[in-house]
Amino acid sequence: MNWLLDLTPDEWNAVRLSIKVATVAMLASLPPGIAIALLLARGKFWGKTLLNGLVHLPLILPPVVTGYLLLLAFGKRGPAGAFLADHFGIVFSFRWTGAALACGVMGFPLMVRAIRLSIEAVDRKMEAAAGTLGANPLWVFGTITLPLILPGLIAGAILSFAKAMGEFGATITFVSNIPGETQTLPSAIYTFTQVPGGDDGALRLTLISIVISMAALVASEVLARRVGRRMDIE
Amino acid sequence: MSVLVDISHRLDDFAIDARFESAGRLTALFGPSGSGKTTLINMIAGLIRPDKGRIEVDGRVLVDTGAGIFVPRHKRRIGMVFQDARLFPHMSVMSNLRYGRWFTPAAERYADVDAVVELLGIGPLLNRRPAKLSGGEKQRVAIGRALLASPRLLLMDEPLASLDEARKAEILPYIERLRDETKIPIVYVSHSVAEVARLASDVVMLARGKVTASGPTEAVMQRLDLLPSEERGEGGAVLDTKVLRHDEAFGMTVLGSAAGEIRVPRLEMRPGASVRIRIRARDVMIATEKPTGLSALNILPGTIVAISPGEGPTVEVGIDCNGATVLARITEQSRQALKLRLGGKVFAVVKTVSFDRANTGAGLPLGADG
Repeated sequence: MNWLLDLTPDEWNAVRLSIKVATVAMLASLPPGIAIALLLARGKFWGKTLLNGLVHLPLILPPVVTGYLLLLAFGKRGPAGAFLADHFGIVFSFRWTGAALACGVMGFPLMVRAIRLSIEAVDRKMEAAAGTLGANPLWVFGTITLPLILPGLIAGAILSFAKAMGEFGATITFVSNIPGETQTLPSAIYTFTQVPGGDDGALRLTLISIVISMAALVASEVLARRVGRRMDIE
Repeated sequence: MSVLVDISHRLDDFAIDARFESAGRLTALFGPSGSGKTTLINMIAGLIRPDKGRIEVDGRVLVDTGAGIFVPRHKRRIGMVFQDARLFPHMSVMSNLRYGRWFTPAAERYADVDAVVELLGIGPLLNRRPAKLSGGEKQRVAIGRALLASPRLLLMDEPLASLDEARKAEILPYIERLRDETKIPIVYVSHSVAEVARLASDVVMLARGKVTASGPTEAVMQRLDLLPSEERGEGGAVLDTKVLRHDEAFGMTVLGSAAGEIRVPRLEMRPGASVRIRIRARDVMIATEKPTGLSALNILPGTIVAISPGEGPTVEVGIDCNGATVLARITEQSRQALKLRLGGKVFAVVKTVSFDRANTGAGLPLGADG
């Protein structure tokens, strides 16, 4: 046990950073994830297939390609990156925020899929009933739709978190592998495997990574079951 | 208080072209499935936008396609009880009940939670989840939920259709209380003669998207030819009566009506109470002389005012019994044998046992089996 928890400061940093990056990626993807899922589940518009394809792109492309595209768009000289840096002071390149962006983008299709499925399963008659009781569309969404899709929301969030914990290719391509700034668990493990005598560290971080992922999965199961029981849908 | 609907609408290969106006306490939209009644009620609620036309409730224009008016559903303040209850599964019964109240401006809230809970007998259910309720309980909670939004009009879309006979009998008295004890006008969709005859003050009869008859229940229900064929056997005269007295010795109740005294199986009601009964046309015999040596107890003298051909070998005979019209369905052969003609003096004969729970307005059981 001591061997497992006796981490060097760099290793601790990697663990902390990974959790921070994954949490931020998950939380930041939720609002756009819900919006896009709603659009795909219910919207009727030209270009819906295109949007659907775009959302799924990170799932199909090699992660390195996604990372490189992010670098082109959100790098210091990229159009989006320059705009955000100039107007909002948000810098992605070689920062932990960039790692979060890469992780969020990579997990986005998984999150949207889960939420979209749960939205499609919502009985729209419930929403109509709420409307006749005086709730405007925004209230209907907040008090009926959102609670009914909560299990899908949790599933989508956990998938995004788990994907972020494991993301490697896009992150290392986009923001490199800087200890304390962009070196997440997978990057740290990769680094260990590249240096002589790094086996111990690689194994330690691997085990920690397994524990965190399992904990997230168990937490989502418990949460989803509790929500399901509260709703008592037979 | 009045409802005016005048719309035309196309749905795939089905066209609705309906106009009616009603100021009744409980207006039934009545017709076979596919006649467009649910579409109409959904238009009043704002769930369907009609292609063309106008809808007014209490003088307030909700839809006027000509003027480009379409009030969205959440601003109509029209309560709706759906056939499938549609209780929110993630809320308790209490939260379901309070849901609409929340969106009602305080000044317009007239419905009181305690009173509605008492009216519908749902006190013991308040902390339960909808999934733990029976079909009848769900429907009562759904009615309560709609009421507590303090609606200007209450729409009920076949609220009993998905329930078995016992559950129906459980809910009917509550709907009667709703009609008699609250001031909210009700529009009630149904395809059942029994429900309409018992509940409705006014009837709008629909067939294939068109209004075929409308007016007070007693008058419209006389039109046996307009009834959906599967319900035709249930058709007959609707009479408003009062309990005169109980005949304890024989377990009967004597009702007073314009047509005379009518004996029915014992009703658990106080003398003086109003009862609406339906005398099925197929249960009525006609005699040209006052019968003697006959087991039937109800013999009502009257005059033939209508004879119209019915289905197959039958004719339908309308008999005016002192102002109340009783309908009889007999065979053409009998009509000819008795030489029945308009203006003829006859006796309408009705067996006491032909009355049961379905055609006396009694919510309480009349015996082992209704």
